[in-house]
Formats: sequence, structure tokens, C-alpha cells
Amino acid sequence: MAVGDSQLDGEARETIRAGTDPGPEITDRLGAALARRAEKEGLVEVAYAEIDSPIGTLLAATTERGLIRVGWESSDHEDILEGLARAVGPRVLEAPSRLDPLKRELDEYFDGDRRRFEVPLDWSLTSGFVRDVLTETARIPFGETRTYAEVAAAAGSPRAFRAAGSALGANPIPVVVPCHRVLRKGGALGGYGGGLPVKRKLLEVEGVAA
Amino acid sequence: MTPAAALPPFQRLVTEHAGAVTGFLRGMVGVDDAEDCAQETFIAALRAYDGFDGRHPRAWLLAIARRKALDLRRAGARRPEPVGGVESLPAPELADRLDPGIWGEVAGLPEKQRAALLLRYGLDLRYREIGSVLGCSEAAARRSAHEGITKLRAERAEEVA
Repeated sequence: MAVGDSQLDGEARETIRAGTDPGPEITDRLGAALARRAEKEGLVEVAYAEIDSPIGTLLAATTERGLIRVGWESSDHEDILEGLARAVGPRVLEAPSRLDPLKRELDEYFDGDRRRFEVPLDWSLTSGFVRDVLTETARIPFGETRTYAEVAAAAGSPRAFRAAGSALGANPIPVVVPCHRVLRKGGALGGYGGGLPVKRKLLEVEGVAA
Repeated sequence: MTPAAALPPFQRLVTEHAGAVTGFLRGMVGVDDAEDCAQETFIAALRAYDGFDGRHPRAWLLAIARRKALDLRRAGARRPEPVGGVESLPAPELADRLDPGIWGEVAGLPEKQRAALLLRYGLDLRYREIGSVLGCSEAAARRSAHEGITKLRAERAEEVA
């Protein structure tokens, strides 16, 4: 018996196709319901959201411990999420409500109404000298700047200013951990993962002329 | 090898396959229950994600969806059933020119034939993948879909006569 694929008439095919089409909104609707339920049942290892800001749409990801990653608009967000799946665990879900506190703090920061971030941080993507440098960087107050050498010294290695530069470049939580407050001696901007215009914009928000 | 090492972020499975899973379930449990059942499917998948080998996520999800549909039917079977014993699916909002009668006839097919038919003609899956969803060979999947079609055609021929 020959079994072909063209044995269902056109109308029946069309009906089945139309019947099994849940419509274009299904991903968002199901995704939102799923995120709420998964959160309630403790099944989410990394919750993330896209947050719009004056420096572009940021990717923010949090674990149970705290904010673990902020990604630039110019970064490949899918790539970042893959990295988090490998480093933390694959139960990575878009769950924007978990990032609401950060979203509020960022809004206040960019509106000039906030001088320090209070969301808890998860440092687990960093280790060793990188973590030391970033921990010191996190202490630099709003509106102040340090040089690479000063940050290196604060982290315990005064001569490792180049290494301090790469540690800052590896900052997984930019903006919130303010590596934009670290400049070259003499005030030149130095480098920035998000690009120099973003660094300049952040310093401008803080009233630093650069 | 740790299977979890290569697993993509779970959200990707939701983004890529929410439509297929929900569409399949619309035919399996009815339009009204499909989204709840899809949510159960993804929650079960999330729980089992560590043990997943990462290959063929759509077939993996659809197989879970089929089990969730069976669970729902079993739970429903304990309630008094409508006369005839065949559960009826509420017709989806179909365009006027389409015949909702066919949708009801699909609902009346035996479970495996119905699943095979929906996967083939609703979701356009290849028979190899349908076999993997149904836990049978490619040939057996083809046979199930064919039996389903034959039954539908017979019913439609009767209607016309």
C-alpha cells in the first residue's frame, strides 16, 4: 500500500493548519505565565530582562544571590545568555519582574536622583585579581574618578595598572559596578567595553567633565 | 560528558517552540485547555532539563506535551462524560470559509492517529521526528497518520453521501 502525503484534501489541511495555529502572541503570553510559575516554584537559575536606558537597551541578569551580569546594547545578548547557562545553569528564563528593582534604580540614576545602587550583586563570574579590582571600583563614589594605577594599588598591586585595565574591561556588571569612573592619569578616558561615547555619557550623568 | 554542559538557555526553547507545543495541544486537548497544558509541559521540561541530552528539543517538548495531554484526558475521564464518550474539542476561531466539522472529526480520532495527523499536517514535521515524539518508528508514525487520514476521508465521504 502506497502511503502518500497528499491524501488529505485542501480544505481539511487548511482547517487543521488553522486549528493548530495559536497565533503570533503565544510566545509572549506563554513565556510570561511560565516565568511567573517557574519563579514561584524556584526553578529559575538565571532571570533576565532587557532594560531600556539612555545608553541603549541593556541586558540584565540576576541569580538568587543578586545581579550577575549587565550587557551592552552593542553586545550579543544571546551569546551572553549562553555564557550564563554554562557558568550558572541552563534554567535561564526571561522574567522581567525580578529585575524591576534594578530597572527602578537605573531610571533614578539616569534621572539624576540616585547616587548609588543598592541591588545585591553576585560576583561569581569574577575571581582573583579581577574581583579585587572590581570590588575596589565598586567603592568609588558617584561623581568621583580614579586612575588605573590608583585602583591597582587599592587592589593590592600598585604596579599592576595594566592588569587593572584588563580587569575593568572584564567587568561583568558595568554601570552598577562603576568602571566608567576609572580614567587614565591626566584625565584621558582610557578604554571602555561599552564604547567611549557611553563612558562619556555616564560621566556626564555624574557631572564629571571628561 | 556532562549533558548539561551544552544545554542552551531554557528561554530559547520557549521562544522557538511555544507555538508548536501550544498548536499541537490545541488539537490534543482542545483550544480552551491548550495554553494551560502548554504551561504544564514547559514546567515539566524545566524540571527535567538537567537530564535532557540537548538533541532535538522540539521532539522532546512535544513528547512531554503528549504525556501532559494524556494526563489531562485521564483526569477528565473521571468526570462524567458527554453522551457518546468522545470528547469534543471546541472549534478554534477558524476563518468562515473553513469547515469546523473537520476539526471535530480530528478530535474524534484515536489518540495516536490524531497526534500523528496534527504533527504532520498542523506542524509540518517529518515522519522521523513524529516517530520520535510518539515513541515509535518512522514507518509506524507514517502508518498512524495514514490511518487517521483514511478515517477522516471515510467520514467525509459519508457526509457527502
